[in-house]
Amino acid sequence: MIDKQLESAARAVADVFDGATVMVGGFGEAGSPIELIHALIDQGAKDLTVVNNNTGSGEVGLAALIKAGRVSKMICSYPRTTNSTVFPERYRSGTTQLELVPQGTLAERIRAGGAGIPAFYTATSVGTPLGEGKELRTFGEREYVLEHGLTADFALIKARAVDRLGNLLFNKTARNFGPIMAMAGAVTIVQSASVVAAGELDPETIVTPGIFVDRIVHIADPAHESELVAEGVSYP
Amino acid sequence: MTQASTPRGLTRGEMAQRVALDIPDGSVVNLGIGIPELITQFVPEGRELIYHTENGLLGMGPSPEPGQGDLELINAGKRQVTAIPGAAYFHHADSFAMIRGGHIDLCVLGALQVAQNGDLANWSTGAPDAIPAVGGAMDLVAGVRTIYVITQHCTKKGDPKLVDACSFPLTGVGVVHRIYTDLAVVDVTADGFRLVELSPGVDFDYVQQHTGATLLPIAEDRAASHV
Repeated sequence: MIDKQLESAARAVADVFDGATVMVGGFGEAGSPIELIHALIDQGAKDLTVVNNNTGSGEVGLAALIKAGRVSKMICSYPRTTNSTVFPERYRSGTTQLELVPQGTLAERIRAGGAGIPAFYTATSVGTPLGEGKELRTFGEREYVLEHGLTADFALIKARAVDRLGNLLFNKTARNFGPIMAMAGAVTIVQSASVVAAGELDPETIVTPGIFVDRIVHIADPAHESELVAEGVSYP
Repeated sequence: MTQASTPRGLTRGEMAQRVALDIPDGSVVNLGIGIPELITQFVPEGRELIYHTENGLLGMGPSPEPGQGDLELINAGKRQVTAIPGAAYFHHADSFAMIRGGHIDLCVLGALQVAQNGDLANWSTGAPDAIPAVGGAMDLVAGVRTIYVITQHCTKKGDPKLVDACSFPLTGVGVVHRIYTDLAVVDVTADGFRLVELSPGVDFDYVQQHTGATLLPIAEDRAASHV
């Protein structure tokens, strides 16, 4: 019988290797799989390339992973956020590289990667510093830049509900990058507040079909990044 | 160039109110962070606007009552919001398909500089020690059908923000249609900046003095407005 559930976050991230590319869901704290990230810090993999819209806040979650020196490169659209001090220090010291990508281009690169599309053209960034050096092509009367699909060795995602087959529901705007990163990750690991029996989720309302999910961890009461930051928590 | 010591022109709220007058009933609108967010307070009676926030919500409502919010129901500025009856959540690729695919009617953004050909700079001053961050600004200006800018006419130091050519890194090329400032409403036309309307107590010469490019007078045929 297929059952993708593992007993712990530690077990779920045990095989993340040095140099891996890891997509981490979330827009700010909404959708951030904080328990999976903390398990990855404990696990010790380094020289990671991390794909996330931001760079975390305070010294928990993604910011703690960066602070621990595990991230050699960030691919993101907005590395400046309130309470975001870890990444700026490492960026200025040259210890963590940055690939800055417009937010919609980042989303579409992830979607394309997961859908088996190697590259696509978009008008976003044409004529700007972020479009420099990219292949240009004219369709109709408009210029477009070539952007490449993104895939990852692992994707870490937070869901609201999951069944044993990996079908996912999300919570409100915490959905953000979850469904597309699930598609783009070779191994997609989901932490979910609720794990239900197959058949309990209405097939008409499933957001991410289980084919895109490999491992499930039940985190009944996930921590909230802003609350940990307010309490002054520094992980580990 | 220095600003007169006596403040003239519109307040931030009045600027937002002026923009709100020009947004047609039924529009799907994306509002940038800051002054653009004030527009929701001034939508004229009888008009219904649908607000899109690019992190994944169509039908964004006002801030929640204290203690009633959800840390996972936020806007693009990462502040807690509500969802109106009839709202929809979606993932980022769908959200930016709405933008890139031309499905959003109007976007109102802040600016560092706007050039007379409609070039916009609003994401970076290019300072060497700054952490570059762009978010969805480039996607919005490339994809949304109509782009309005709402901004002070000059910087706090008195430098004009409406300029001949942007000196800051561009967000998009030739993307701005209309600019609402404390001093005036200005259209970007094929001939350059054209005055649409002066704020109360402000005259043409004063606006021209505070603009870094030639300002064309109000068109004879005001009905030529693209709105």
